[in-house]
Amino acid sequence: MNELRELYQEVILDHGRNPRNFRRIEDADGEAKGDNPLCGDRVHVFVKLNGAGGLGDVAFQGRGCAISTASASMMTELLKGRSEAEARRLFDVFHAVCTDEAFDPLDVPEEFGDEADRLQVMAGVRQFPMRVKCATLPWHTFAAALDGKATATTE
Amino acid sequence: MSPDSTPTLRPNYDVLAIRRDFPILAREVFGKPLVYLDTGASAQKPRQVIRAMTQVMEETYSNVHRGVHFLSQACTDQFEAARETVARFINAPEADEIVWTRGATEALNLVAATWGRANVGPGDRIVISTLEHHSNIVPWQLLRDETGAELAVIPVDDAGEVDLDAYAALLDDGRAKLVSVTHVSNSIGTVLPIGQMARMAHEKGALFMVDGCQAAPHMPVDVQELGVDFYCFSGHKTYGPTGIGALWGRKALLDAMPPYQGGGEMIAHVTFEKSTFKAAPHKFEAGTPAIVEAVGLGAALDYIEAVGRDAILAHETDVAEYARERLAAVPGVRIVGHARERGAIVSFTMDRAHPHDIGTIIDRAGVAVRAGHHCAFPVMERFDVGATARASFGLYNMKSEVDRLVEALDEVAEIFGR
Ligand SMILES: Cc1ncc(COP(=O)(O)O)c(C=O)c1O
Repeated sequence: MNELRELYQEVILDHGRNPRNFRRIEDADGEAKGDNPLCGDRVHVFVKLNGAGGLGDVAFQGRGCAISTASASMMTELLKGRSEAEARRLFDVFHAVCTDEAFDPLDVPEEFGDEADRLQVMAGVRQFPMRVKCATLPWHTFAAALDGKATATTE
Repeated sequence: MSPDSTPTLRPNYDVLAIRRDFPILAREVFGKPLVYLDTGASAQKPRQVIRAMTQVMEETYSNVHRGVHFLSQACTDQFEAARETVARFINAPEADEIVWTRGATEALNLVAATWGRANVGPGDRIVISTLEHHSNIVPWQLLRDETGAELAVIPVDDAGEVDLDAYAALLDDGRAKLVSVTHVSNSIGTVLPIGQMARMAHEKGALFMVDGCQAAPHMPVDVQELGVDFYCFSGHKTYGPTGIGALWGRKALLDAMPPYQGGGEMIAHVTFEKSTFKAAPHKFEAGTPAIVEAVGLGAALDYIEAVGRDAILAHETDVAEYARERLAAVPGVRIVGHARERGAIVSFTMDRAHPHDIGTIIDRAGVAVRAGHHCAFPVMERFDVGATARASFGLYNMKSEVDRLVEALDEVAEIFGR
């Protein structure tokens, strides 16, 4: 039971019920759709750059379980205002939180200290290997949205 | 089975004795006795099947149809006896009309690739239903794309029953060449009126194929009485092993169909100029077949018949209807699919919890259900759900396991709110 409570923490349930930035960005600079063919969950991530080349706005839409919805919601909050490079490093931190038994928030570079603390609530998925994909899907989709934008700007 | 035509349970259906035949049912999951409600995805195996497969490998194993030696003959006899068992199981007129496949998926692909390529052209129509598993959709899409034929879909109503008027309209102009539908929906449990639908197809000159995956393990199946042309099912859903399944086709159809794959087993004579093929079913069985698995499937079908197919149907209907009743009474639970004729499958959603979360939470209580789209995207779309949780029942399930499921859902409500 403890593992379930650890997975379904109040923060996750709250983000799952009331996802933040749950909307389209009509003039997005990058967007991507991700789906988990195993369960049919779909997420659509939108990225809007700010003038400084950072992430001005990140939003998502889609249909998924509490874990993927909460993960997407928290992601959008954490990414706003970040540079692209920071965003990718945060993804690495997040990945470690979800998959690395030995992950220690104290090992995270200072700049991400607060974020790592917040992401730590997702660590519960480690005990549920079948659910790791639910948590990481939004981030993979975000990365695809960035990459899509990258190719678009080279034209 | 509709609730009001529920056969009375035979008092001598000894479910506890049956459960003792399935070693895995004695295990625990997360410290709780396993409640296995995922037989629709794959059924557990009785000792009788495990033993039959072990026996072949320990005592009679050899390649089939090839050797002159003792073992080859012994093994060939067992392998062909299993084919006869399949024929008897679905009341096929002849064992030679049974083609071994890897499962229903391969059987459907086989018919699309052989009969389909030989008989379907531009302007022809293949008819399926909204309720199909992806394996009864995609092979026909491939055929459509290759031949320029049209793929048409029979809609279903809100209860999950096929719309027979719409079906008649799809047959009416005589362009339909083949109708291929599931006997029982794997996602919401609807039992299709196969006999009536096959008659309607034949009246308009179309052939009729049935995906029997979710019917063969659960109810009597008589292909002659149903009046269909092709019928297939998977071994692993029928308490048998993986890697084996069967396709039945009417003899005249099989004889006229080109071969499927080329190789050993299926040829009569080969020169570099030309090969001639064996007669059906062997011309569809290139390569060394799944010998041990075929024998295992034969043992599984024997097991089902020994328990009694009417008795299984009555028992499972009893358990599944109890599940519908109890689940419907759980606040926030919505059952998807209310066909009057339905099999031992109950699909549901909960107001606050996604099926995936339901699946994870009740798993910790030892209850195994399937959560997802059940390889039936169009059904999920029709009922406007991304996914459902699905409890599917087998001959070994008990009402007390339904109680465990409902109890476990309480924990879901505890976490997600009521
Ligand atoms: C109705 C139906 N058709 C086809 C299949 C595919 O069966 P297999 O994967 O054994 O080939 C399934 C299995 O999920 C099914 O339920």
